[in-house]
Amino acid sequence: MSKYYVNKFLFTVDRDPDYLRRYTEDPRNFVATWEQSIGPRLNDAEMSTVHSFTEAEREALINHDYVALFEMGAHFFLNLTIFIGIYDEIFMTKSGPLAFQKEFALKLQSWKGKDYPSVAT
Amino acid sequence: MAQLVATLASTHHPFYLKATTLPPEQQMPQAAEWKRKVEAYRETLARTKPDVLVMIGSDHFHQIFLDNCPQFLIGKAPRYDAIFYNEEREFGIPKYVLEGDEAMSGFMHQHLMDQNFDFAFSNELKIDHSIICPIITVRPQNDLPVVPIYTNIFAPPLASPRRFYNLGRAIRKAIDAYPSEKRVAAIGTGHLSLELGGPRQFMETGPDPEFDHRAIEWLRNGDIDAILDNVDHASMAKSGNATHGFLNFILMLGVAGPEGADYVDNLDLFHTMEAYFTWYPKESAA
Repeated sequence: MSKYYVNKFLFTVDRDPDYLRRYTEDPRNFVATWEQSIGPRLNDAEMSTVHSFTEAEREALINHDYVALFEMGAHFFLNLTIFIGIYDEIFMTKSGPLAFQKEFALKLQSWKGKDYPSVAT
Repeated sequence: MAQLVATLASTHHPFYLKATTLPPEQQMPQAAEWKRKVEAYRETLARTKPDVLVMIGSDHFHQIFLDNCPQFLIGKAPRYDAIFYNEEREFGIPKYVLEGDEAMSGFMHQHLMDQNFDFAFSNELKIDHSIICPIITVRPQNDLPVVPIYTNIFAPPLASPRRFYNLGRAIRKAIDAYPSEKRVAAIGTGHLSLELGGPRQFMETGPDPEFDHRAIEWLRNGDIDAILDNVDHASMAKSGNATHGFLNFILMLGVAGPEGADYVDNLDLFHTMEAYFTWYPKESAA
């Protein structure tokens, strides 16, 4: 498991409008591209050999599965912000302001009153 | 020596600008009251006529990430670009450029190191909404140079509440020791109880209104002992997974010293309690 690498995915994609568009439109292909050429990048000259996704992490990212990502300990801020970027407008048009954020919370209700998965990396 | 003329500690709400500048018919019912409270709070800074702002915030994984994550960092640059693409997208906050004060940043960095706070530093720091939100609320003309300080309230392990308080005390000493005639205001933002990306997010109130009310009273009274007796990392997590932003309030009480606040206001908004505090040093005429 690499919480760090999942967070790196969320961090690098959320901050880049082109990556975010590609992850929104075709998550399976984009996750594959990210693993090949974006995730390992340290800078223009250097690549890292250190991290990789587990199958469960890869599937959660491909499925935009923020519940699974929460349960794996992905950082709460990154996990929220990127999916607001993808879903906020769609939900707002249909159901009004904060509709996506409220659905996100609803899907995590079973965690209420419990210790959440640690976001420590 | 430089003179600390005000210490401001408040929540930062990235939707303030959007909420109060939409066409009136689209604004939330509390927008007008929110704007009134923020403008009254702004006056608590304006009346002290500061020359420079020491600003304490916390990067939200905009410039700083887990590959290289400092606990405490000071900016040392001639100016600072601000606001990242994803903040413009989500909050509607425009780009800013803040003037820096390299001489004061350099002095404070050394002074804090001499007080055993081994700060990381950045000569090219892009600032996020944790520092721009208070520019928008208390100094929208953005006409003063800043010394930005970032704390880690996001990526565990975090420094202890006592460490945050002691850092505030050290920042106060560094400001007081700065050989300059400048009038300095210290402005820091954080959160009361807050949940983001969890089951208690975006409810009608913050996730722990009882904590919010107690925290406001502690800060109103400058009661650092009560804070340190009642607040630790586990208790903050119980109050909401992003409640660790309260650590910056503890830091700001350290800057002010354990004294009652001179100005206290709050506003119960959807999903969060907003709170605004100002302390004037007792020797200050303000």
